[in-house]
Amino acid sequence: MAILSQEEAQALMKKALSFSKADECEINLNGSDSGNIRYARNSVSTSGAISQTSLVVSSAFGKKLGVATINEYDDASLEKAVRRSEELAQLAPENPEYVPFLGPQTYSADNPKLFDQKTAEMEPKKRTDMVAQSLQVAKDANLTAAGFLQNTGSFAAMMNSHGLFAYNKYSDINFSVTLRSADGKGSGYASRDYEDFNDMDTLKLTKVAAQKANGSVTAKAIEPGKYTVILEPAAGIVLLENLYGALDARSADEGRSFLSKAGGGTKLGEKLVDERVNIYSDPQDPRLPTASWNGDGRPLERVNWIEKGVIKNLSYSRFWAQKKGVKAVPGPSGIIMEGGDASLEDLIKGTEKGILVTRLWYIRPVDPQTLLYTGLTRDGTFYIENGQIKFPVKNFRFNESPVIMLNNLEALGRTERTVSGESFQSAMIPPMKIRDFTFSSLSDAV
Amino acid sequence: MKRKDFLYLSGMSFGAAMLNRIPVLGSPVPYDVITPGADVAAKKRMADVVLNTAKSKGATYADVRIGRYLNQYVITREDKVQNVVNTESYGMGIRVIANGSWGFAATSDMTTDGIAAATNLAVQIAKENSRLLKEPVQLAPQKGYGEVSWKTPIEVNAFEVPIKDKIDLLLGVNNAAMTNGASYVDSAMFTVNEQKYFASTDGSYIDQDIHRLWPVFNVTKIDSKTGKFETRNSLGSPVGMGYEYLTPKASEKIQSQTTLYRNRYDMMEDAKLAAIQAGEKHKAKSVEAGKYDLVLDPTNLYLTIHESAGHPSELDRVLGYEANFAGTSFLTLDKWKSGKFNYGSKLVNIKADKLQPGSLGYVGYDDEGVKCGEWDIIKDGTLVNYQAIRDQAHIIGLKESQGCCYAESWDNVQFQRMANISLQPGKAPLAPAELIKNVEKGIYIIGDGSYSIDQQRYNFQFSGQLFYEIKNGQIAGMLKDVAYQSNTQEFWNSCSAICDERDYRLGGTFFDGKGQPPQSNAVSHGSSTARFNGVNVINTSRKI
Repeated sequence: MAILSQEEAQALMKKALSFSKADECEINLNGSDSGNIRYARNSVSTSGAISQTSLVVSSAFGKKLGVATINEYDDASLEKAVRRSEELAQLAPENPEYVPFLGPQTYSADNPKLFDQKTAEMEPKKRTDMVAQSLQVAKDANLTAAGFLQNTGSFAAMMNSHGLFAYNKYSDINFSVTLRSADGKGSGYASRDYEDFNDMDTLKLTKVAAQKANGSVTAKAIEPGKYTVILEPAAGIVLLENLYGALDARSADEGRSFLSKAGGGTKLGEKLVDERVNIYSDPQDPRLPTASWNGDGRPLERVNWIEKGVIKNLSYSRFWAQKKGVKAVPGPSGIIMEGGDASLEDLIKGTEKGILVTRLWYIRPVDPQTLLYTGLTRDGTFYIENGQIKFPVKNFRFNESPVIMLNNLEALGRTERTVSGESFQSAMIPPMKIRDFTFSSLSDAV
Repeated sequence: MKRKDFLYLSGMSFGAAMLNRIPVLGSPVPYDVITPGADVAAKKRMADVVLNTAKSKGATYADVRIGRYLNQYVITREDKVQNVVNTESYGMGIRVIANGSWGFAATSDMTTDGIAAATNLAVQIAKENSRLLKEPVQLAPQKGYGEVSWKTPIEVNAFEVPIKDKIDLLLGVNNAAMTNGASYVDSAMFTVNEQKYFASTDGSYIDQDIHRLWPVFNVTKIDSKTGKFETRNSLGSPVGMGYEYLTPKASEKIQSQTTLYRNRYDMMEDAKLAAIQAGEKHKAKSVEAGKYDLVLDPTNLYLTIHESAGHPSELDRVLGYEANFAGTSFLTLDKWKSGKFNYGSKLVNIKADKLQPGSLGYVGYDDEGVKCGEWDIIKDGTLVNYQAIRDQAHIIGLKESQGCCYAESWDNVQFQRMANISLQPGKAPLAPAELIKNVEKGIYIIGDGSYSIDQQRYNFQFSGQLFYEIKNGQIAGMLKDVAYQSNTQEFWNSCSAICDERDYRLGGTFFDGKGQPPQSNAVSHGSSTARFNGVNVINTSRKI
């Protein structure tokens, strides 16, 4: 039941809508079938298959809104959820910021790369085979593996009493692996997320992790301070997502964002970072396919967020856009940051003294005013001298703002698809060479 | 961003950071659906289908959790109610051992055929995975309890409190903040009820009704001339209590630089003080980086305990089961075996306790049918124990599990999660004011702020909500831009004073994250105000 076709979803939502007595009613329906294997200590640990769905009913009377969700679909349960949302709406006071639900919308055709049937329906044996390849690499390299592989098929649909209908189907395969040396002194990591399992090479990725694990043994402690760093895409994404994920117009207009200006106004249209920085989102890009509509039914289209270092667009809720008299641009989906032609190796070759950071972890905000974040390097950090990796270094804690970082840009490499170890979102991010990156203390962690 | 992730967050415009990864519209429903316990006979019949099917397919062990998870969210800002949401999710998670390997399947198809199919799938997965197994799963023995039940001791069921009362309270809180100078205020009330029925081939049929509540706000004060903004978050806690938590009581208040709360929370008073203090923060002195003696209030220390004591003593991390995500631990088995590992000063006693009234982790039985209890983790500064579940107990020589197994919902597999982990109060009489009197150069920190720690739990950095400079035993004024950095072992060894039990309070979180796919666990941490000598403080101000 978890993956409903467009017709099945339509029929179920029509049924739910038929119970509505509210001024407006909107139904969101989603579901997924997924299977996973978790392994650690070179052996399988927990694993399983999960099938789940959820139906969300939003009912409004005038400017009063109530929401209820349910995952049982007999007529009585559907009616119960509709009535519950209506009761909640009647109990709620009027919200002056309420915006009526959208009417019918025109969406782009689904990105053909968004859904792969075989990935959605992988058998347990296929998952086991893919993990067996990863475990073999660990065994051959005398390293200890811990990893996770998950395939998912899912759908999302919405329908409302104004005639809007939207539907998307997705597939996903996610893999990550950490290899550690037997003495616990070396650790390496690799991860990817795709729509098609044919793109996922667990063998190759585990070899990358093995190389980092062996290469990071006997790390030396060097003094914390400001260093030129090369951030691999897996390291860069976890800082950048806190920048492109925070391009919200309302908080900027309200004066509580790094995009707010003294005396009022925002930095929209102003140069914020180095002019080589171009960041956009495009649901139709074959390298990173995403949905054609967002959760409140707005079409998702290509949006330039940062162009030549200038903030070109901010995202708006429908209410805030209406108040400001501008287009209600939904938040970013499928971020692409343009890069250059250089490979990671080229960036290393061109570095006199610096540090190669392969992963950053436990990223938390310190000051929203300056977008200052803290976190640590992890699973392979290396000292570069005269264009070569000289030796592994102990992990650092950093305190840095992605805004400052993108102003201290030295060079960009070729953009590639990577997945965030913090938000689990994928993006196209280039390796970045940054000067004066602030490491504030050393960590003993491996 | 994938659709599922959007749905995750779309329901609330309310402080996304605060609500990191809460499944807002994802799983949960209405609260009047079921009277817990009323359909125990039906649940037992469904559970027996699982247990019998699993055994007939060759499983050597099986358990099933039939769960109905009810959540309610009321979300407001300033004078507006943004959303009122009720969620309900019903389904079952089936876990088996076959060929020595774990298998798991979750379904919301609760027909006999659906249940049997999911059970078959769990067994199939276990058998398939046994190809990758090095050693068969070894379960600590667990006696069956027969048919038993447990309920969070609450005075007022928050789901039975009219929505209007909750709205009135939150809008009152917002008004208190706005009339005292706030530029903006968000507030919310989260109400959780887990109705869980557990059964296993050991012969347990356990029905539990678990309640949690989290009232929260965030005040922002903007200085439009400078373009700066300051925030102050609520100092109440998420609790394993009913709505009674929100009835203020003078005897549960502690007067300090602000009012602090024990088992009852005066949200309105806290909002008023928050607005005033957010204004004061604009005028506060930016801290001079360096070494300070820190005096940490329980509203701040709970999070440091969570990260630096709770996580590293989780046995799954110690063994490497979390190596690919949350990380491992510096509290390795050799340190524990030595019986001499100096975790902290002699004053430091840290306990695991699943039976603490009012705490988030308080339950009768864990999610693999083990009766809960309490035990020492750090005794007089020395590491003495970990937090374990049934398939790990033998590794540390235990004959039975410590009852730390938990799954976020029916569709997640249960695994080792943190118990309530708390710093025991000092034995000699000591109040915070007396403690501060002895500090020459220090900072008194109230409330939780930014937090980050490495994957083996050595290096950490924490911030807070309110910072007061201490000079020669006196509070000298408010500071800002403060974060403290330390190494876990150094930090706990610098603990030089802990206030007595009169000051003991619980803090906690709904969102202790671990596992792949990631799951949240709700957990509390108690302490009294404590002093830590010579901790490194950094200044966090920057210019962009």
